[in-house]
Amino acid sequence: MAARVPVQVSPPEVAASVRALTRRFGDRTVLDDLDLEIARGEFVALLGRSGSGKSTLLRALAGLDDEVEGGLAVGESVAVAFQEPRLVPWKRVRANVALGLARGDARARAEAALAEVGLTERADAWPLTLSGGEAQRASLARALVREPGLLLLDEPFSALDALTRITMHRLVLELWSAHRPAVLLVTHDVDEALLLADRVLVLDEGRIAHETAISLPRPRHRDHPDLVSLRTTLLAALGVSPEGTA
Amino acid sequence: MSVLELETEVRAGARPGPRPQSRRLPGRSWHRWISPLVLVVAWQIASATGLLPTRLLAAPSTIAATALDLVRDGTLPTAIAVSLQRVLAGFAAGAVAGVGTALVAGLSRAGENAVDPIMQMLRALPFFGLIPLFILWFGIGETPKVLLVALAVSFPLYLNTFAGIRGVDGKLAEVARTLKLGRAQLVRHIVLPGALPQTLVGLRQSLGVAWLALIVAEQINADAGLGYMINDAREFLRTDVIVVGLLVYSALGLLTDALVRLLERRALTWRREFLSR
Ligand SMILES: Nc1ncnc2c1ncn2[C@@H]1O[C@H](COP(=O)(O)OP(=O)(O)OP(=O)(O)O)[C@@H](O)[C@H]1O
Ligand SMILES: [Mg+2]
Repeated sequence: MAARVPVQVSPPEVAASVRALTRRFGDRTVLDDLDLEIARGEFVALLGRSGSGKSTLLRALAGLDDEVEGGLAVGESVAVAFQEPRLVPWKRVRANVALGLARGDARARAEAALAEVGLTERADAWPLTLSGGEAQRASLARALVREPGLLLLDEPFSALDALTRITMHRLVLELWSAHRPAVLLVTHDVDEALLLADRVLVLDEGRIAHETAISLPRPRHRDHPDLVSLRTTLLAALGVSPEGTA
Repeated sequence: MSVLELETEVRAGARPGPRPQSRRLPGRSWHRWISPLVLVVAWQIASATGLLPTRLLAAPSTIAATALDLVRDGTLPTAIAVSLQRVLAGFAAGAVAGVGTALVAGLSRAGENAVDPIMQMLRALPFFGLIPLFILWFGIGETPKVLLVALAVSFPLYLNTFAGIRGVDGKLAEVARTLKLGRAQLVRHIVLPGALPQTLVGLRQSLGVAWLALIVAEQINADAGLGYMINDAREFLRTDVIVVGLLVYSALGLLTDALVRLLERRALTWRREFLSR
């Protein structure tokens, strides 16, 4: 078994710092000597082919993987929202959001977080009765109520319909501007990355193979000429030729 | 509703459309009473015409009258009270033992290695076969009867609670980890509630065998209780009393089952609202 990674608290200017991170499953090396730094308050999107190791990297940052090798330094507070909302089915929505908060004002904080994601009316609902979008918003509220320094999102919108996804993009931007956590958003959707992120990374062969900073102000329009050319570049980095060409 | 069915429904995803009202059609339920009624009437006629001798089986009317007499003279209430006490004591002891060992085995590998092999070995024992040993060890008083019930009750509860704990969704355990829940909180908020549906399945099974174990235990050497009443009636060829005893056993069994259902409805509201929409 690999040596456990010492998780140090990172210096104040970075939210997370990864040095020479390696993860093997048997003889397959999924993350290979990977370096990554995320600044405080920075919104980073991570693209990559299916199976390229995006979730593996995110789980390592979340402290869910005890068998990674290399250096990993994340700030004191990390929160995660997964692709499936993973709400605890036997706790009402409010209790889900308040789970793990120190007693005292837990209820009030949970309600404030639910109000922020527009779920006040559903606070007393059972998770299994929520729609997909509602469940994902509850999951976001549960992550944000902890005021994380680093918010990890693993394809949180990929199961939602296109309209709900647009609403969720707005919501995430609003929440991000209000609380300013650093965000690492794993996604398959190049447009989602372009519309939301300060920096877009492409993971390939176990490393960050491509990196683009986007300085356009938000809200962005997907037809902006800068984004159009970036899209072509990113798709090429992902090994996909843009539509219309063969 | 089994956990399995539930899971398929959950996976089936989004919103199931309005479901066909196949469950129970209220207007027609009396149809189901016709055949049992016909049977009782036929039985009564057979008894009245001498086709079915009382020595083999008393007439329904006689049984009803006897039941009334047994209630009036206090025989039946006393017998029920004695039997109920045995079942309750045995059930309580068995439930504590079964759930307790399941927690020990379910919550740690070391606990599992220590407890599970023993439980699996004991489970393989035909526990009614233990009666001679129990009599040797504990005499013929209340202890062997209560212990037999306790033993019978503990296994379904152990097996189901253990399976329930181990079946808790690992993804929720990960959530607990990202939410920085401690071990005690993990157990309290995730593991135990997650295991509860399966534990309730075990509870129903164990109540079923509790009555069975009681009947067997009371056959051997009782001087009070329903089993004693039945055995005593056999000596005097009172088939009416025997049937009354059997009916009471089954009524008590149904009653406890209904209690567990009630408990299930209350404890698993989070599922019920989902399933019934
Ligand atoms: N626990 C595990 N045991 C063995 N192999 C694993 C395990 N977890 C992940 N892998 C493998 O590691 C590789 C990367 O998986 P990962 O889930 O990180 O991919 P991903 O980039 O998130 O893919 P997707 O976009 O489809 O979610 C995959 O090939 C996967 O099969
Ligand atoms: Mg993934």
